[in-house]
Amino acid sequence: MTFEGCRKAASVDLRTDRDVAMARGVVAKVMKGEGANTLMQTRFVTAVSEIARNAVKHGGGGRLDVFLLPRDRSVGVECRDRGTGIANLPEAMTDGFSTGDSMGRGLGGAQRLTSTFEIENAPGGGTVVRMTGKLQRR
Amino acid sequence: MSDVKLETTLEVLKADFNDILSDWIDEADESGAKRSDLFSEAEEREQAASLLMAFRKGVKEGQRDDGDFDLEDDYWADLRGVLSEITNERVERGVRPEEMAALVLALKTPIIERIKVKLCKEPDRLVDEIMLLSKAIDRFALYTNEVFIAEREQVIERQREEMMELSTPVVELWDRVLTLPLIGTLDSLRAQEVMESLLQAIVEYKAEVCIIDITGVRTVDTQVAQHLLRTAAAVRLMGANCIISGISPKIAQTMVQLGVDVGEVSTRSSIRSALKDALERVGVAILPVDSVPAATK
Amino acid sequence: MRAAAIYPVEGVLLVSIQDDITDTDILDLQDALSERIGEMDAKGVVIDISALEIVDTFVGRVLAQLTAIARLLDAETYVVGMRPAVAMTLVELGMYLPENRTALTLTHALQKIRGSGPG
Repeated sequence: MTFEGCRKAASVDLRTDRDVAMARGVVAKVMKGEGANTLMQTRFVTAVSEIARNAVKHGGGGRLDVFLLPRDRSVGVECRDRGTGIANLPEAMTDGFSTGDSMGRGLGGAQRLTSTFEIENAPGGGTVVRMTGKLQRR
Repeated sequence: MSDVKLETTLEVLKADFNDILSDWIDEADESGAKRSDLFSEAEEREQAASLLMAFRKGVKEGQRDDGDFDLEDDYWADLRGVLSEITNERVERGVRPEEMAALVLALKTPIIERIKVKLCKEPDRLVDEIMLLSKAIDRFALYTNEVFIAEREQVIERQREEMMELSTPVVELWDRVLTLPLIGTLDSLRAQEVMESLLQAIVEYKAEVCIIDITGVRTVDTQVAQHLLRTAAAVRLMGANCIISGISPKIAQTMVQLGVDVGEVSTRSSIRSALKDALERVGVAILPVDSVPAATK
Repeated sequence: MRAAAIYPVEGVLLVSIQDDITDTDILDLQDALSERIGEMDAKGVVIDISALEIVDTFVGRVLAQLTAIARLLDAETYVVGMRPAVAMTLVELGMYLPENRTALTLTHALQKIRGSGPG
């Protein structure tokens, strides 16, 4: 999955937990502007909260970009962190797995709440999460 | 190829705008793309004129260096704007995406005919210009198609939701008591919609108890049982309570065999007992009329 | 910055969580509440989350923790005002918050707390 060529609607620098809250607000605003259904918005922004927090807590901070995908009637989010990457991705996605506090539940949950979800260790370090959420139920 | 900028097209559009417009509408009429049953001549002409003007603007400014056209570019904003204005109305009136696309494609003929006249002495340029114009109009048609399809899907979705509301009625049975009679089959999407209806009704009616009656649900398998339990859990999270009624002996057996753990959710075999239970929880009792003192009747 | 003020009413602590609350704020709130419960020997805590558009796993966990802490201090915790979309999302995340009591509104919660007093 790539968001190349897609219109970027917003960008958030993730450093502190205040930025995690900001990321929620920013994505919510973008989705509202696109006329998103409340439930779909709540689900996707919850997922955004999880991965943004992950980036700050376990990834040493990073950046979150929000994209508009009008052809799919969705929004997309790409979150890169500067950390050391996740050693065992499949395990990390299983609920309950945790290297500290919270990562396992968060990522697995985020996947369930989004339309598409991709996570990979970026070459050069860090983790990249790309996910999309539909604006309407169908 | 990329230094062909559709100059002749622009010349022709500038000099002959109204004639091209009329020819376009006639052409569309002939190819069946015009819907005179839905729009008056004046409306049709007005909309076509806006589209043509916006198209001209886009062609003038929006050709990319590689010779292609991307209607998502800023230069095509006017065209997108006009399209979105007329799309909703046309979809509501029943115009189909393919009819709209055919309308757009019909624009080729009137323009090409005039370009041929202008460039008759320069066959190479003529060919290049026709090909490029064709590409521009094709993109326009494709884009229009997409916009229409998207709008149509939204309309269908709205209609479906309205229908859903009719078929999953949440009823206020008593002050602060809601009931939701489920009928037929319960797939994932419907279950989610039902849950949403119920939860919103809780807010609206400030309900404390919800009776979900499954007497009319044909089969209760693990999936259905899970939907029910999740709904009950969501209701509880909001601060209300659920009673699932209509559990027949057969369903009870199935649920036990499937290992479904109802946990804290109340269940009753009939709506009657569920109602009595619900009323008790909101502090209400049903008494025979005789037992109520005359003064209060 | 105080994201949530705590109000004592009839031996019950009330708190309303604002939508822009951060993780740190919420942990601070947990600490503050725990202390206040002890200080005034509160019999209940009511947390109003009606302003929250999003409740994720972190907040869910803190709510559960707070309930456990309060219970050890002999106080019952009620979560009130959860929005429908939030409830549905939590359920989808598998967070049923079984230990948390819930009520529709602040008033409902206070009634329940009063009703379940000793004797």
